[in-house]
Amino acid sequence: MRYLPLTDTDRQAMLSVVGAATIDDLFVDVPEAARLSGPIAGLPMHASEMAVERHMSALAARNTVAGQVPFFLGCGAYRHHVPASVDHIIQRGEFLTAYTPYQPEIAQGTLQVMFEFQTQVARLLGTDVANASMYDGSTACWEAIGMARRITKRAKAILSPGLHPHYVSVAKTMAKYTGDALDTALPTLDDDFGIDALIAKIDGETSCVVVQYPDILGRIADLSALADACHANKALLVAVVTEPVALGAIRSPGEMDADIVVGEGQSLGVGLQFGGPYVGLFGCKDKYVRQMPGRLCGETVDAEGKRGFVLTLSTREQHIRREKATSNICTSSVLCALAMSAHMTLLGEAGLRRLADLNHLGAVSAADRLAEVPGVELVNGAFFNEFTLKLTKEARPVVRALADRGILAGVSLGRLYPGAAALANGLVVAVTETTTEDDVEALAQALAEELA
Amino acid sequence: MSINPAGWRPERPETAANAAPATVTGNRALMLEEPLIFEVGSTLTTGVDLAEPPAGKPRLGTLERTTTIGLPGLSEPEAMRHYTRLSRQNYAIDLGLFPLGSCTMKHNPRLNEKMARLPGFADVHPLQPVDTVQGALGVIQELAVWLITLTGMHGVAMSPKAGAHGELCGILAIKAALEAKGEGHRKVILVPESAHGTNPATAAFAGYTVENIPATDEGRVDSAALIARLGPDVAAVMITNPNTCGLFERDMKTISDAVHAVGGFVYCDGANFNAIVGKVRPGDLGIDAMHINLHKTFSTPHGGGGPGSGPVVLSEALSPFGPLPFVAKHADGHFALVEEETAGDDHPQSFGRMVAFHGQMGMFTRALTYILSHGADGLKQVAEDAVLNANYILRSLEGTLSAPYAASGPCMHEALFSDDGFPEGFSTLDVAKGLIDEGFHPMTVYFPLVVHGAMLVEPTETESKAGIDQFVAALRSVAERARAGDATLKTAPHFAPRSRLDETQAARKPVLVWKDAPLAQAAE
Repeated sequence: MRYLPLTDTDRQAMLSVVGAATIDDLFVDVPEAARLSGPIAGLPMHASEMAVERHMSALAARNTVAGQVPFFLGCGAYRHHVPASVDHIIQRGEFLTAYTPYQPEIAQGTLQVMFEFQTQVARLLGTDVANASMYDGSTACWEAIGMARRITKRAKAILSPGLHPHYVSVAKTMAKYTGDALDTALPTLDDDFGIDALIAKIDGETSCVVVQYPDILGRIADLSALADACHANKALLVAVVTEPVALGAIRSPGEMDADIVVGEGQSLGVGLQFGGPYVGLFGCKDKYVRQMPGRLCGETVDAEGKRGFVLTLSTREQHIRREKATSNICTSSVLCALAMSAHMTLLGEAGLRRLADLNHLGAVSAADRLAEVPGVELVNGAFFNEFTLKLTKEARPVVRALADRGILAGVSLGRLYPGAAALANGLVVAVTETTTEDDVEALAQALAEELA
Repeated sequence: MSINPAGWRPERPETAANAAPATVTGNRALMLEEPLIFEVGSTLTTGVDLAEPPAGKPRLGTLERTTTIGLPGLSEPEAMRHYTRLSRQNYAIDLGLFPLGSCTMKHNPRLNEKMARLPGFADVHPLQPVDTVQGALGVIQELAVWLITLTGMHGVAMSPKAGAHGELCGILAIKAALEAKGEGHRKVILVPESAHGTNPATAAFAGYTVENIPATDEGRVDSAALIARLGPDVAAVMITNPNTCGLFERDMKTISDAVHAVGGFVYCDGANFNAIVGKVRPGDLGIDAMHINLHKTFSTPHGGGGPGSGPVVLSEALSPFGPLPFVAKHADGHFALVEEETAGDDHPQSFGRMVAFHGQMGMFTRALTYILSHGADGLKQVAEDAVLNANYILRSLEGTLSAPYAASGPCMHEALFSDDGFPEGFSTLDVAKGLIDEGFHPMTVYFPLVVHGAMLVEPTETESKAGIDQFVAALRSVAERARAGDATLKTAPHFAPRSRLDETQAARKPVLVWKDAPLAQAAE
């Protein structure tokens, strides 16, 4: 077996050093009744690289590849072009096959990447600090609600109707066990981001308001007044960004005084991968850093005075604090954070701004073209690279029919909000730099036919 | 033709003349210092060529960005060099033995990487219509069948993102099952004191009170004490098996039966499943829930600290309470995705959703590739070789280092040593740093907490005998230097990219992001 270096001669020699006659002598502590005598029945035996490759390729061939069809899906995962060098960098064995940097003297590579990532993310989100990553956006969002509870010592969170419904679902699951009360509502199929309604809900028991920006329908709004209203009531504003490329074109939530900004970093460097692994972003104001979940890397010096980096503030974490930790999180998403960081380094400020412009202006042009289709109405006034169309029919069957014609048309609100009749005609369309004019034209024409 | 017609040949310099001089750059040949991107990049530089944006007026309302983000850019060659230089400051499995106990640092096959990058897996959106992702759902389903079969369990929740997230999944399923039985008042979870820190942290998060159960002198959970503590207030026990002392919990089945008899559930921390995969099925030991770290047993890369992936296998009693979404296979071979919409019919007792999408798909493809490569026979050999390697290390070093549980029988996948016998002023940390100079990553240190100055060595099955012999010789030498009071160990490592780092300063005055300030000031 190609991954096992020991030869039978080695095994015999080692068994004699150990003082065991057979390998099963080393499993004597397993009760006899539970010991398996041979390979588990009903499972295949080992296979060559070629055979495995054939099997996996056959499975892969049963999926419609986003890059091979006109493709318009977003809603928390976005298709962007990732430079070839990013994938090469994350496949460096020294990054790929390293562990969590518990021995900093021989892990400065990963640690410096973490420090650079933290800085890039903090700047992008507009926060003072950021951590070295979370599992994904949805878990980061939940952790932010928990953090707001610890800081404010209040347990009532108001979730904006524009928050991704799966993020709401995750928060609801967790809230059942922590006792947080979550105020939730369905979005409406119009251009109202809902700032005023959120402000009206804040009271002296509110721990935080959680608002997605751009929201699930692609709407954007100034968060400053909401932040002020939160702070007037000693509550926190948590902003959620699922499309970080947007922050190349629009003001960051941190600039608008959000206290905690979390997000999904997948757009930059990571790729779609059917939903994971992704990379959760988590930033906040300096004063809250000791209540943050997740790993943090900090700068220090070595015994010779040279700059170096270490994991720090670990007294928040489970391996030190056990049941008193700020979170049970252990693993983060460092390899994806490296991919995101490398992509941001390659883009730089100029590249990210241009990428954002490409996305936005491409989306504006696509929105206008699609709005010309009879039976299609553009819901959003302002948006970044994702907008919602209101169709004259239920959108979900339309999406299915378009998939049969080889067009992945977007995400129907019926998929995200099953049973919500008022949303059923909504179709969320994302346009990125990978979308061509031909793609948009193909969608417009197919949509016209489906709606006719 | 000779390159040196004068006949001069390099020769070995005299020792005295060989003292290393300081270099202007701070570099030492292949050991290259690398500044931060913020120190070398510029906001005007980019390493990506992008098309001209189409004409048109922005539609951003009043939100157009007016400030600079402050993101430095590098051209592609500069970026490649930056990350390549940084990578060389890392130890990695690809460089050598990485014996972190309980972390299972095994070889990461490159076929896994290749398969995960097939466009049919890598370039598929999680919200595509299910008819367009039948292959992806097929991977999830096929891996699920393997995990269920290998563990002898009833069901599996695939969506947890990592081990600790899997623990949470298991505990939430247990809580939901207890509530469904009208037993929601049970508030205690028993955790052995040798447990990973995630166990008590998870239990506390789910609202439980954690009570620690002591270990016996032989390094196993005190099953008598545990069984004596069982009662109507106990919701569950969380046991790591094989445990973090590297021993198999012989009484596991007895404990499980006792817990079930009083109406509780058994959670098993499956971090150490590599020792028993294909040899023992946890389902046969009465386990109700166990997470499997795909990044440990099933070789998906650790990547410097994630992403992980933590599917949780569930007993028949817990399966109805597992999270959404999950993949169901219909009689006609079609795969369906059970989400909130249809859960009411198919899975009404689910405790809910844990993540936005379907779990770590990229890790599923890698793990399935690995599993298919090994097959049922290969996986059994994995466990056997992992256990043999660990026992070989235990017996090779027990004369040099104190091995507190060496008499407790064979170890499983990892060998545990303590700092007993080190002279005043020498600690496990010094041994770890000494090993770095010898070219090895140190073992897990100061864990588990039940042993003073613990050193937990897990070689895994992907090490050759020669490689292990070299490691044993190195560790023996370093341990002997510690015993002899060799002062140079106190300042090790001497040959790493950095000497010992000041972690106290890092925590006291945290510098977590780069500020545009001279380095000397930032370091103060």
